[in-house]
Amino acid sequence: MRFRLTDDQRALRDGVRQLLARRFDAEALRAAVRDPVRLDRALWRALGDAGFFALRLPEADGGVGLGLPEAVLVFEEAGRALLPGPLAATHLAAGAVPGAAEGETVVTAVDGGLAEWLTEADVVRGDTAGAVPLRSLDPLTPLHRVPGAAAAPDPVAVLLTAAEQLGTAVRVCELAAQHARAREQFGRPIGAFQAVAHLCAGMLVRAETARVAVYAAAVTADPADIAAARLLADEAAVHGARDCLQVHGGMGFTWESEVHLHLKRAWVRTQRAGGITESEELLAADLVAGTP
Amino acid sequence: MDLTYTPDEEDFRARLREWLGTALPTLPPKPSPDDWPARRAYDLGWQRRLHDAGYADVHWDASPTTRLIFLEETEKAGAPYVGANFVGLLHAGPTIAAEGTDGQRARWLPPILRGEEVWCQGFSEPEAGSDLAALRTRAWRDGDHYVVTGSKIWTSHAEVADWCELLVRTDPSAPKHRGITWLALPMDTPGITVRPLRTLAGSAEFAEVFLDEVRVPLANRVGDENDGWRVTMVTLSFERGTAFAGEVVACRRVLTELALQARENGRWDDPALRRRLGRLNAEFRALWRLTQWNVSAAEASGGVPGAGGSVFKLRYSHARQELYDAAADVLGPDRLDLDRPWTLDRLSSLSYTIAAGTSQIQHSIVAERILGLPKGR
Ligand SMILES: Cc1cc2nc3c(=O)[nH]c(=O)nc-3n(C[C@H](O)[C@H](O)[C@H](O)COP(=O)(O)OP(=O)(O)OC[C@H]3O[C@@H](n4cnc5c(N)ncnc54)[C@H](O)[C@@H]3O)c2cc1C
Repeated sequence: MRFRLTDDQRALRDGVRQLLARRFDAEALRAAVRDPVRLDRALWRALGDAGFFALRLPEADGGVGLGLPEAVLVFEEAGRALLPGPLAATHLAAGAVPGAAEGETVVTAVDGGLAEWLTEADVVRGDTAGAVPLRSLDPLTPLHRVPGAAAAPDPVAVLLTAAEQLGTAVRVCELAAQHARAREQFGRPIGAFQAVAHLCAGMLVRAETARVAVYAAAVTADPADIAAARLLADEAAVHGARDCLQVHGGMGFTWESEVHLHLKRAWVRTQRAGGITESEELLAADLVAGTP
Repeated sequence: MDLTYTPDEEDFRARLREWLGTALPTLPPKPSPDDWPARRAYDLGWQRRLHDAGYADVHWDASPTTRLIFLEETEKAGAPYVGANFVGLLHAGPTIAAEGTDGQRARWLPPILRGEEVWCQGFSEPEAGSDLAALRTRAWRDGDHYVVTGSKIWTSHAEVADWCELLVRTDPSAPKHRGITWLALPMDTPGITVRPLRTLAGSAEFAEVFLDEVRVPLANRVGDENDGWRVTMVTLSFERGTAFAGEVVACRRVLTELALQARENGRWDDPALRRRLGRLNAEFRALWRLTQWNVSAAEASGGVPGAGGSVFKLRYSHARQELYDAAADVLGPDRLDLDRPWTLDRLSSLSYTIAAGTSQIQHSIVAERILGLPKGR
């Protein structure tokens, strides 16, 4: 057992982080917020070129030939960078929908009564009859409400969403700690006050617990492990983003700071790929599985 | 990332499992939780059998992964817990193995492994709990001995211990972290008085220890004089890092029992309770992964666990309390019956956020050592 990133996995993660730092930095994020309904197609293709969508396609089919562990690392980075777009839906469509793997085609999916990025997508999976736009809470995720029964979620979609949540949890913890080291009140950095320090420590503990749950689920692909990863990652992202906002004080409540964007996206993701209840029930059933 | 074990490790697991299958049915009955001498004998007897079967050295000589498999399999099989051997096997022993001289290792480690000697931990004092470095128990040199005077508190298993890992102040004029020394104290030395303290669970598992001019040979010092704080950090990293690993497996077993019990008594039909148990399933799965993660990190860095132990300890101590709170919900009115094992476990789980460093102290460690926040007061 070596439950750690391999050198290749580390290199992949660092490569994606660098790519996103180049192609989707703080300035690009701001631009996206200013013009929220457009999806940056050039960026989407750059992701395609980097293998973001074709990551798990076999090499024989023109893919990268990697597995779920690599996919969660890449999606963690996407979450960390607040990358907008129907990333999981397009990733899952690679190989099945022409152009998805290359980042030429933007694919979205109807999911639990909602559809993200409906007007920007080239291909929609699921029935969108009667779709009505709503004013999305997250400025970077346009949403439609879609009537009809929800299909059972694909466990891989659940896991990739959890990986994005993990990225958010890690990022907001970093932001909070950075701010707590720099911002001074009462003549000292606010991070020297225990009430603030403990808030940050709690964020780290939740993020690291989510991390091992997400990574392990990627290795085992076990549905109960995936459900566990989703619960812990949702909690780490949402609770973490709220605490990050608190650590930022009044500044955290402004449109200018990026904290609210993390919180709003984290909330959007909790609605994806089946809800929390579903994961909890799956894990409850798992406890008594095999006993009549 | 790899969660599979090597053929050698799987081999070890299979042999251990087979041995447990034959050894466990022949165990004597468990003594009453209040009968400490009987509990000591029971715990030492189990350790002796592990030793004779060749499994004792797993605590120091084996790789961290092998130790993890050992803890996993023994817990899964419902084998006795380390009990009175807790301090010796899980943190005094590893400290001596890491910091002691060859002679010290030869003197102290084999009797721990053979189940002959019990250790206790004399760190906390009435005026030095969370602020451990404020300890005041004094030791001064007299020939080839230290003479120790002071008092310790909350010393688990002190009544039945043969040895105590003792922290003393050898230089009162130095800054408080600098003048501390780590000693191995034989508990039968004249001048030691042990006064049992009753815990909220009703048992007397810890005690006050009074030391009145107790003579300890200089040769019993582990590490240098006045360098005891550094040695203590090694002890605490074992105490927080790996000592609880097996318990996670036990908690997962309890959780399954809870679910089955709830199905029997109809509580399972309550969706709120069911979902709560589902969430605890997520929690303990993740705690097991955290254990594997920390073990892999320790293996890569060569032994002593790092600040990751505090992350684990924080999360685990709270999860354990939530587990037994959920148990109370499953039990219904029986939750007030002390003869139900989960009731006692619920009471003792209250100590987990206090013992081995409170949750507040662990949060501060995470903030300062992992997040690099400034030291606060
Ligand atoms: C079951 C049990 C077994 C134990 N066994 C042993 C043993 O074998 N050997 C041994 O040496 N010790 C043992 N202990 C002692 C244990 O390590 C201490 O109880 C613990 O470190 C807390 O110290 P204290 O009890 O003095 O509480 P205090 O330090 O007085 O703390 C009281 C409260 O104040 C908070 N607090 C204190 N300082 C700070 C701070 N700087 N920042 C924020 N909050 C703070 C604490 O978190 C706590 O909530 C045991 C304790 C228990 C409960």
